[in-house]
Formats: sequence, structure tokens, C-alpha cells
Amino acid sequence: MKKQISEILKIIVIFLFGKFKKFTLRFKKSKSMKDIMMVYYSEAKSARLTGKKVAWITSGGPVEPLIAMDVIPIYPENHGAMIGASKMGAGLCETAENMGYSSDLCSYARSDIACATVNGGPIGGLPKPDMLVCCNNICGTVLKWYEIQARYFNVPLFVLDTPFCHTGYSDEVARYVRSQINEYISFIEKACGRKFDYDRVKKVGHLSFQGQQLWQAVLDTAANKPAPMSAFDAFYHLALIVTLRGTPEVIDYYTALLAKMKDRIARGIGAVPNEKYRLLWDNIPIWHRTRWLSDKFASHNACLVADTYTTAWCGSMKYIDESNFINSMAEAYTRIYLNIGVDEMAKMVINMIDKYDVDGFVLHSNRSCKPYSFGQMDIQRIVEKERGIPCLMLEADMVDERTFSESQISTRIDAFMEIIKERKKHSPANETVS
Amino acid sequence: MDKFTEFKNIVTDPYAYCRKYKEETGKKIVGYTCSYTPEEIIYAAGALPFRLFGTDEGIHRADMHLQSYCCSLVRGILEEGLSGRLDFLDGAVFPHTCDSIQRLSDIWRLNVTPQFHIDLVLPVKLNTTSARQYLIDILEKFKKDLERALGVKITDATLSDAIKTYNQIRALMMQLYAIRAQRPEIMSGRDFHSIIKAAMIMDRQLLLKKLGEIVAQMQNAPGSKIPPGTKKLVLTGSICSHPDIYDIIENAQGVVVWDDLCTGSRYFEGVLDEKAPPLEAIAQRYLDRAICPAKHVGLTDRGESLVQMVRKHQADGVVFLLLKFCDPHAFDYPYIKEMLDSENIPCMLLDMEEQLPAGGQLQTRFETFIQIL
Ligand code: SF4
Ligand code: SF4
Repeated sequence: MKKQISEILKIIVIFLFGKFKKFTLRFKKSKSMKDIMMVYYSEAKSARLTGKKVAWITSGGPVEPLIAMDVIPIYPENHGAMIGASKMGAGLCETAENMGYSSDLCSYARSDIACATVNGGPIGGLPKPDMLVCCNNICGTVLKWYEIQARYFNVPLFVLDTPFCHTGYSDEVARYVRSQINEYISFIEKACGRKFDYDRVKKVGHLSFQGQQLWQAVLDTAANKPAPMSAFDAFYHLALIVTLRGTPEVIDYYTALLAKMKDRIARGIGAVPNEKYRLLWDNIPIWHRTRWLSDKFASHNACLVADTYTTAWCGSMKYIDESNFINSMAEAYTRIYLNIGVDEMAKMVINMIDKYDVDGFVLHSNRSCKPYSFGQMDIQRIVEKERGIPCLMLEADMVDERTFSESQISTRIDAFMEIIKERKKHSPANETVS
Repeated sequence: MDKFTEFKNIVTDPYAYCRKYKEETGKKIVGYTCSYTPEEIIYAAGALPFRLFGTDEGIHRADMHLQSYCCSLVRGILEEGLSGRLDFLDGAVFPHTCDSIQRLSDIWRLNVTPQFHIDLVLPVKLNTTSARQYLIDILEKFKKDLERALGVKITDATLSDAIKTYNQIRALMMQLYAIRAQRPEIMSGRDFHSIIKAAMIMDRQLLLKKLGEIVAQMQNAPGSKIPPGTKKLVLTGSICSHPDIYDIIENAQGVVVWDDLCTGSRYFEGVLDEKAPPLEAIAQRYLDRAICPAKHVGLTDRGESLVQMVRKHQADGVVFLLLKFCDPHAFDYPYIKEMLDSENIPCMLLDMEEQLPAGGQLQTRFETFIQIL
């Protein structure tokens, strides 16, 4: 048995090493997203053999302490997005429904729960977890979902409970979350069987902060006219700040990406060749239709220049204290975009409208994600009142494509774009533009 | 006039009751959404805690704020708030539970004015020392928020008094449920449903008095044991706002002997420690009580306590009442069903939309289920 494992290990190491070599040859400046993700998933899949631990963690979860302890973090939500993008959502959701899960539940959760039992999906299932870390700063769904996986895999579950901040951050909440950070560290120590590395987490925290700054800088480039990248590009490049936050790879990758965007700006290249209209996107992408939607908007010379979703991974930087990452983590992870009141979200949306100077607002009313979607109708009203720009609400699902009606959505986008074109024709700003 | 008439009247037109109550007593009324509301604190502030049940009918205002995939409870509560029919409320409190209630609170705060609005952001975990401390802290904060909103002072003495009153009310509710479970013929499920609903609306002193009378009468009432052939059921779910279900079950030769509902045992189970500091006593009850699936204690405790409940009351089967679009319950259903299956406890799932399926159809479903028990 032992011999067998070491044989397999050898093969995997050769495989990985070979890959690495290939990457470094092919990608002198920066590795491609696909390659980084492939290495990341192969490493995670061979964790059993390399003696590393794997933790499944929610997308808004505090990953830095795990990285500081060499635990490989795996994000079922990122996996859900991949399932959606590869149009495998409907099948897996159906499997979950056959297991008794209602079709009205979050499709990330449904597809992941199903995938764990059949090892399906685009990468043949996720590597099994040694522990689960669930932070409920995004929703209550993740709590139920992680409870299900904790029962299925029979591994310890840590819940970081970040009370919802309807109208601010109270002292009571601050104390509660801060004490849970200590509990979290003890949990990791127990799972890893060694003392927590406080020096290392400082470095990881620093890298995480730097990564977030760079990601924000990349997104900021879209304020340029024409925008060198669109929200659809952001959806793609997002994967790293989600999955590898706190590692040097992220820094290298986004540094290179930022340079590329700046270069495009210098050369006047836009993501949409003939950008005339600029739009803001709200909610999680419709993963099974990103290409189609991108083409659809581009056919109207419209570019989705920004979105509320990808900024969520750098939106609470203002709460991070770089010199004391562990301490400030509590607040930074509690006051994220989805964990605040509807009016505060609307304020952030309006800031983005101004910053990116957009002509319209597209809201994906996402059947899967209730905390993101309920309140959208109020946000829409606030935006219409405060900024008077046209808004379009599209009802769909991020992963489960079964209810998506291409023709209907297409007609609605056309009608929406007509309104925008009409308004822009008559807008005073347009008259001064040559 | 039967002994339940008063309860039934209150339940049929709770708003009229509240308006009259306010006129007569001059007291304030505070709306609330779920059984994680520390009613004791509201009561101690001299106000009447009023549970918001929402409506199933004529929804159109709420549709301007909530998409089609929101549960009917949240939608119905919002509709009532927006309609102005709740103008007798002085304010409302929203304890944090599920994602939908969380957003309901925001939408209410932004659109239902000018009543006061308080968020009570409870911990989601209820099994750690820090969560316990936070729960006590946040109850203290709630107490202060309420004092400010109502312009009153809540003292330890009034709190202790409230705790005693609630202990008595809950003890009587338990007794009533137990008597009914033993001798269902002396009180229909529909009547019990009226009482428990009225208990969340009416003046609590009056409630205490009435409950005392009814329990005394019941204890002495002649009434047979459960008729042979009648099957005993346990209901589980969030809320049951359809009293028809009790009739249907009884017509199908079944009887509800206990439940795990937010408008049932989760409301009245659990005794408050009268010797402990009041807020700690209130917190402790939430930590010990059966949880709502939006909270976290362990991985299998809801399933285990349901199995125990079935055993304790010697029930023959379980009925899941699942409200459409209710995430927390829908996530728990498969594992709990599996647990029941492995214990050989039969169960049936009733998916509830706003309206129940047509009467006859539902009757047949229950008959079929009860026959196999
Ligand atoms: S999509 Fe929404 S409901 Fe689903 S896990 Fe993400 S935040 Fe939670
Ligand atoms: S717990 Fe379920 S029934 Fe209750 S408000 Fe939330 S979604 Fe609706």
C-alpha cells in the first residue's frame, strides 16, 4: 500500500513539475488563468498524497489563516460557477432534486451537493475536504449547504458567524466576531495538529491586501473611455482573487493584467470595439450565458463596464489594518457588500454609476440568490430617483439554465437599449462631445 | 357561545382587536415576525407584542418590492405593512433568521413609515460561549433600543414580572397541548390553532386568565381517549397558517399530537429560569429550545429531536409542511426524511404555496397517507 502511494505520488509530482516547467517556459511574464487554476486544482486533488490538508470554504470566507497554515482552500462556489459556465448546471441540479432538494434552492448549493455524490462536473468533482469553513457573511444558504456537506463527508465544520449589518457595525458585533477569529485559529490548529503561525499570517495578510488593491486597480481601469475591459472580463479574471487570495500568484497575475489594461488604455483599445454606451451590472453573472450576453450588448455598442459582484472582493479594504490583519479581519469580513442593508448597497451602486459614468443599470434578478436579489427592486427605484438612468431587470438563474428564455431576454435587452440610445441622443452631455 | 369564541374572534379580525385594545388601554403595540422575538422584553416595556402573520390575499403592493421567488410569509407581511392596515402598530422588531426575513427588514425600514423599526440581529450559532455572550449583549441592546423607541424604562423588576407571566402562559399552553394529544375529541385541532394564534396577539394577562380557565375545564371534561383506529401525527415546518389542515387530518381519521412549528411548540416550549438575571434567562431559553433551521447548533439535532418527539408522543407519522421558497426548511428536508426513514417513521411532504391545493385532492392525499400508517 505504502509503496503504491509513493509510486502515485511520484507520478503526480512528475506530472506537476512537468506542468510547472511547461508553464514557466510558455508564460515567462505571467501564467495564464487556465494554467494557474489547473495547477491549483491538481495540487488540491493530490493533497492526500502530498500530506496537505484541504478545506472547503465559502467565497467570502477568511482564507488567510488557512493559507498561513498551508491548508489548500477549495471554493465550492467557484466550482458552481465552473459548472454553470460549462452548462452542466441543469443536469446536476436535477440530480439534487432527485435527492429531495427543492428546485427553488440556490443552484450553486444544488449542483455542489449533487456533484459530491457523483463526482461529476467539469473537473470530475472536488477534492474531498478535511475540514469545512463557512462564513455566513454572504447568505444563510451556505450554512445549510455546509451542514449538509459536513454530514456527508463527516468532517469538522467551523461556522464564522458575521451578524448582518442592517445599519452599521455595533460594538456587540465587533466583540463577537473578534472572539470567533480566535476560535477559528484554534479550530485550524486542531485540524492541522500544530500551533498557528502568527508570523506567516502577517505576510499572507499583506499579500491578501495587496491582491485586493491590485484587483481594485484592475477594475478601476474600466472608468476609462473606452473601457479596456468589461464586466465579462472581470467575471473571468475574478477567479484568482476568490481562490488564491493571500498568495504571490495573485499579485503577479493582477500586476501583469493591470499593465495590459494600462497599455490598452494608452492605445485607445476598448473591450467593445465601438463603445458608445456604458452599463453597470448587478448580481452574480448568468454563467451559462456570459458569452451570449456579452455579444448581445456589444452588438448594441454597449459595454458593461462595471458590476457590483466582482468588486465585492475588494469592497471592504477600508476596514483592513495592514499592520494588524488578524484583528481587522473581523470587521473586514463582516462589512462586505452582501452583509449590509439595502440602502447602503444602493449608495455603493450610485457611487459606481458616477465613478464609471454609466448610461444604464442592468440588474440580474437571480432566482438562486435571495439575499442578493431581494431589495434589488428598491435599489432600482433609488437609482432611478437619484440618477435618473434607465434600469433593466432580467430574471434568470446563475447556473440552472432550464428556465432561461433567450428570445425573451433578447427582446427586453433590445427594448432597453433603444431607450438608452434615445436618451443619449438628447442628453446635453452628448451635444458637447464631438 | 363556546369557550373558544373569544379566541376565534381575535384571530378572525386581529386588527379590530388591536385598535379597540389601544383605544381602551392606551398601550403601545409592537409588531414582530417570529418566535425568536423576546416578547418578554416588549411586555416588560408595557407594550403588547403582536405577531405579524401577513396575508394571502390581494397582494399587489409587495410585488413592487419582492420578486416572484419569495416565500408567501414574507410577501404577506410586507403587503400588510405597505397597505396601512397595520397603522395601529407603534413599531416593529425584526429578529434575524433567514435571508428573506433579513431583506424584509430592510425593505420595511425603507418603505413602511413612520413607525419605529428595530433590528435584532441574533447570532446564527447557538452553541458556543461567545455566541451566548453575544446573544445576551444583543438582548441588552434591544432593551435599550426599545426603551428609546417607546420612551419607557425597563427595569429588572418589570422584566422578572414578564418572565413569570410568560412562564405561566407557556406552561398552560403545554398542558393544553398535552391534554389535547391525549383526548383529541374534547378539542379540535382548529380550535387549538386559534388559541395559539390568539396567544401571539391578545392581551397577555387576559390570555393567562382564559388559558387557566380552559385548562381547568378540560382537565375535568369527560372525553374519551383517542378513538381506536385514529392515527397520531406530528407536524413539522415553519408556520402553519392553514387551520383547514387540521380538519382535513381529522376527517381522514388522524390527529395532530405534537408539532415542531414556529407557530406551535417552538413558541411555547422552554421555561425561563426565574432566578437567573432576566436577560440571561431569556437568552438561555433560545439556546436550549428546539431551533429553527435558520439557526445552527449541531449537524443532526433537528432530525434527532423530531425522532424523539415522535417517540415521546407515540406518533405514527410525520407531515412536513414546506412553504414554497423557504430555503432553511427545504435544505433540511432530505436529511430529516432520511433519518425518519431509517427509524421506520413514515412521513409525507406537503408543499404549500400561498393557497392550499383544492380541498378534495388534499383530503385524498391525507387519507392515503393515514391509511398506510
Ligand atoms: S449564490 Fe447567493 S444564496 Fe447561493 S451561496 Fe452565493 S450568496 Fe448564498
Ligand atoms: S424561514 Fe422560511 S418561511 Fe420563514 S420567512 Fe424564512 S423563508 Fe419564509
